[in-house]
Amino acid sequence: MDFQSILFNALNEILSPTTAAYALAAMGLAVHFGYTGLLNFGQAAYMLVGSYSFAIATLSGWSFFAAVALGIALSLVLTVILGIPTLRLRADYLAIVTIGAAEILRYVVTTTGMTEITGASEGLIGFKGTFDSLNPIPVGKYDLGTMVINEYDLWLRIVGWTLVAFVALMLFLLMRSPWGRVLKGIREDEDAVRSLGKNVFVLKMQALAIGGVLGSLAGILFVLPRSVQPGNYATTLTFFIWTILLLGGAATILGPILGAMTFWVILSLTQGVLYGLVESGIIGFMTVTQVGQIRFMLVGLLLMLLVIYRPQGILGNKKEMSFGV
Amino acid sequence: MSKVAKATQASLIGNLSPVPGVKKVDPILIADGVTKRYGGLQAIDVAHVEIPRNAIVALIGPNGAGKTTLFNILTGFETADSGSWSYDGKVLNGKAPHLLPKLGMIRTFQLTKVLGLLTVMENMKLAALKQTGERLLASFFPFLWSRQDRALELEATDILRRFKLLEKQADFAAGLSGGQRKLLEMARALMTHPKLIMLDEPMAGVNPALTESLLDHIKNLKQEGMTVLFVEHDVAMVREISDWVIVMAEGKIVAEGLPDQVLKDPAVIDAYLGSHQDSDLGLATGRITLPTGTKATRSGK
Repeated sequence: MDFQSILFNALNEILSPTTAAYALAAMGLAVHFGYTGLLNFGQAAYMLVGSYSFAIATLSGWSFFAAVALGIALSLVLTVILGIPTLRLRADYLAIVTIGAAEILRYVVTTTGMTEITGASEGLIGFKGTFDSLNPIPVGKYDLGTMVINEYDLWLRIVGWTLVAFVALMLFLLMRSPWGRVLKGIREDEDAVRSLGKNVFVLKMQALAIGGVLGSLAGILFVLPRSVQPGNYATTLTFFIWTILLLGGAATILGPILGAMTFWVILSLTQGVLYGLVESGIIGFMTVTQVGQIRFMLVGLLLMLLVIYRPQGILGNKKEMSFGV
Repeated sequence: MSKVAKATQASLIGNLSPVPGVKKVDPILIADGVTKRYGGLQAIDVAHVEIPRNAIVALIGPNGAGKTTLFNILTGFETADSGSWSYDGKVLNGKAPHLLPKLGMIRTFQLTKVLGLLTVMENMKLAALKQTGERLLASFFPFLWSRQDRALELEATDILRRFKLLEKQADFAAGLSGGQRKLLEMARALMTHPKLIMLDEPMAGVNPALTESLLDHIKNLKQEGMTVLFVEHDVAMVREISDWVIVMAEGKIVAEGLPDQVLKDPAVIDAYLGSHQDSDLGLATGRITLPTGTKATRSGK
């Protein structure tokens, strides 16, 4: 087993653009669930909307910023569609509707009737040009110590993590404001907040919209290092983001970021170690593909241990937020 | 009737006689033909009721009489099947609950709704109306709202001091005792500068030591020009602080008047408060039988 490459692969996950995308999506979910108490089980839907609208708009000739703007605009449309019928109802209805909406959207983009637009099960490729053309970094190889990457990957990492840092700052400002105070009140008891003269529906709508926009941006960041594949937007994506959120701490700003890094490092480490064990013949009764699935069982185990031993997550305050809510 | 009682009655209802639905000299809240039915149960059937301004009005009645339901309907937390009601001349039916505090009408809940995961001070500041920092775009820029927030903090400090909660201001409200929560809920309501404050069982679960101070707070509200409407089971308390008593039973207003008169009305006592309100419960349930020849007596008769 090559322990150095296993370790380096794991460390590379910390600053990978995918980790940034997951962190961003988890921050959106932190706004929904951590701060407002909205049970959104369809964060994958927001990511799908971001990915597809960005890719489709770019492929039909839109500029980078116009395509991003479309992704944001359509996530707001999705918020209105999801929010208006459900936010007046009990919290669990939002959970049902969002998980349903995410699946509906995934089937819609996979349907062969729309192959021209969405690529159906093939997905979409060839939409990275507009992003790459904004790249100021000269062509070449860049050594980050644990890996050597090209100018596109470096540019993507810089943009991705700058975005994550900017969003973290914005959320920090939001959550310490009186607006954030009302949001935390809603999380605990909407009727109390309503009786004090706050328009709870509007605030929940705003929170759903903000988290949704973050999900959509995460979707764009998520596809920039790869192609758009409808299979990526299954419910497992949503549950990974939930795992990240709960791992880091639901009602925290930095929790989702730390959670995403931890999550991907663990996945990479376990993959490296398990593959190594199979290849060196120590685990002889399983193939590499089979052993790959074990990683996700470990994710499940991790989630269970988390619920039992640290329900508030790594950074969370037990008094303020835990699974008991 | 004493001279004082006569004067109070005259100030509230002029020279009319105190019958259910009697017109008030200066009503702040008027309800007409309010009905609400749950399946086969007529929960609310209020033909007409007026709440006099700047008075302490008690709403009493047995469990299930519809007091809390009436509260919920008047404050928009439940919808009525029919009827109309207005506050200070403004029609309220169909208005969402969050619009009422802006008009000066605030309520508390039977099961206190303090926000346990916010600190006592945050609970107070949250309640203030018209906060710039509660607008999404303004919330990003502290220089737009921090001055207002500091002013609210000063105001809240003042109210908390009066309610003897100041030393708790940095604690999570979840850590308060039941009585302190009732106090905080009332203090918090004051942050909205109400004209009409509706308290649903303000004394429930409050220990006797705190009861005195709660009573004083309620009396102070009236002195500051507010109208207090409260639901209460404790007859002694009702007698002590209220200017006017409205009795509900089976969803209807069955009696109203000055506390001394209403609480002595045998019909009210027997039918709605239980005929043994002042004697040992064992007598009412039959657990204790009195020696033959004696009668259970009611104090105050």
